[in-house]
Amino acid sequence: MKTETVISIKNLYKAFGQQKILNGIDLNLNKKENLVILGKSGTGKSVLIKCIVGLLTPDAGDITVLGQSTIGLEKKKLNELRKKIGFLFQSGALYDSMNVKENLEFPLKRIRKDLDEKQRLNKIHEVLENVGLAEALYKTPGQLSGGMRKRIGLARTLIVDPEIMLYDEPTTGLDPVTSEEISLLINDVRKKYNTSSIIITHDLACARNTSDRLVLLMEGKIKAEGTYDALRNHSDSSVREFLKDT
Amino acid sequence: MISKSVTISGKYITRKTGVLGEKAQAKKEKASNMITDVGNAALFCWQVASETFSRNFEFREFFRQCFETGYRSLPLVATTGAIMGLVLTIQSRPILNDFGAEGMLPGMVAVSMIREIGPVITALICAGKIGSGIGAELGSMKVTEQIDAMEVSSTEPIKFLVVTRVLATILMLPILVLFADTAGLFGSWIGVNIKGDVGFVLFLSQAFAAVEFIDFIPALIKSFLFGAVIGLTGCYKGFMAGKGTESVGLAANSAVVMSSLLVIIVDMITVQITDMLL
Repeated sequence: MKTETVISIKNLYKAFGQQKILNGIDLNLNKKENLVILGKSGTGKSVLIKCIVGLLTPDAGDITVLGQSTIGLEKKKLNELRKKIGFLFQSGALYDSMNVKENLEFPLKRIRKDLDEKQRLNKIHEVLENVGLAEALYKTPGQLSGGMRKRIGLARTLIVDPEIMLYDEPTTGLDPVTSEEISLLINDVRKKYNTSSIIITHDLACARNTSDRLVLLMEGKIKAEGTYDALRNHSDSSVREFLKDT
Repeated sequence: MISKSVTISGKYITRKTGVLGEKAQAKKEKASNMITDVGNAALFCWQVASETFSRNFEFREFFRQCFETGYRSLPLVATTGAIMGLVLTIQSRPILNDFGAEGMLPGMVAVSMIREIGPVITALICAGKIGSGIGAELGSMKVTEQIDAMEVSSTEPIKFLVVTRVLATILMLPILVLFADTAGLFGSWIGVNIKGDVGFVLFLSQAFAAVEFIDFIPALIKSFLFGAVIGLTGCYKGFMAGKGTESVGLAANSAVVMSSLLVIIVDMITVQITDMLL
């Protein structure tokens, strides 16, 4: 059976001034796949997913998301496409001036305009239960721990039923137990919401627990690609070195 | 000897040229950054203007911002206005007394407060309070990727964050100026009564006898412009914040400095224009 590609990246280049970040990336994300992008800090992992969602404009190359090229796409069409993409930021990026309920309502009111007040509240309760924080409805971001903020951030992206999830360092700054919980949550999200995901991380435990396929970025290029076990036994010693710590 | 001297001289010229080259390069970069900044600011203002007239205005956020900028600044503005009125009265009394014109004190204070001191002092106080608040809040949102999160969830951050704040400051500043003027007159009445005994109604009638309706127009125009300057500068500096917490402080600081300077410049220009027209 032919696998359906939801994101296709071709020959992508991005530099900031003289510093080359992405240096000719070719990558595909298949439907319902969890693709983990590994790499050291500063290798362009976050830049890559920011290019996918249109927060950064690449210097050259093409990105196709759900059959639509995002390069040069007009703002209105890009916003329509973004409704199908969930983005979990490294810090959770919860709006500080709003409580959890208002944070979750924010995208819902703007993207799912068909829902009334009661339906919106039901949806909020549903996602909060799915991320295991049903009691946090009226808490402010300042009252939440790092792990809770990430869960609420995840709930905020899931509330509009995205087809694609982009996770930017989902376990960074968390203790091992919470990291494990977040990794399990990422797998649960795929099961419940049928999402295709790109997970950016340098946490090997998270990569092992969540990945169907891994891509190792080094110096703005794809160094290796394959399953976790395949990369651990890769012929290139620098790839094996990167994955040896677990 | 000659050879050495030539060598020394040659070294000197080379070194000196190098130094000059570096300085010229730095100046070129500075000029280039300044031009880029002006271009960015103009583009930002254009985006704000176009989003202001686009559909689906964020009324709830606008009213929240009106509360934040207007209501929360009221005690500070009123206190400052009252003190300014009081000080102006105390300091002007001896001079007017020398000319036997003490009776003109309420009128003089009223005209000064309404035409110049009320709007400018309120704007400078608001540049400090509102400008820094907006700069720091938006700068912090930029650093913690909240603005990116908003953009990713198909919401235009300029429309939600900037248009609402700029319109709120434009609307609230004239109201705050009105409160500052009122408090200033009250302060002046207290100042007059330190060494005299003038009833409040008599004070007001003397004050407003000197004021004409036309005095309010330049003040009103100025207040709207000051509001726009404070709102836009705060938002622009917040949006342009770099990475890291240090840039939040820098955004707040430069928002205050730049908006205070712009308030003075706008005041100078409007005074010239309204003086010619009215």
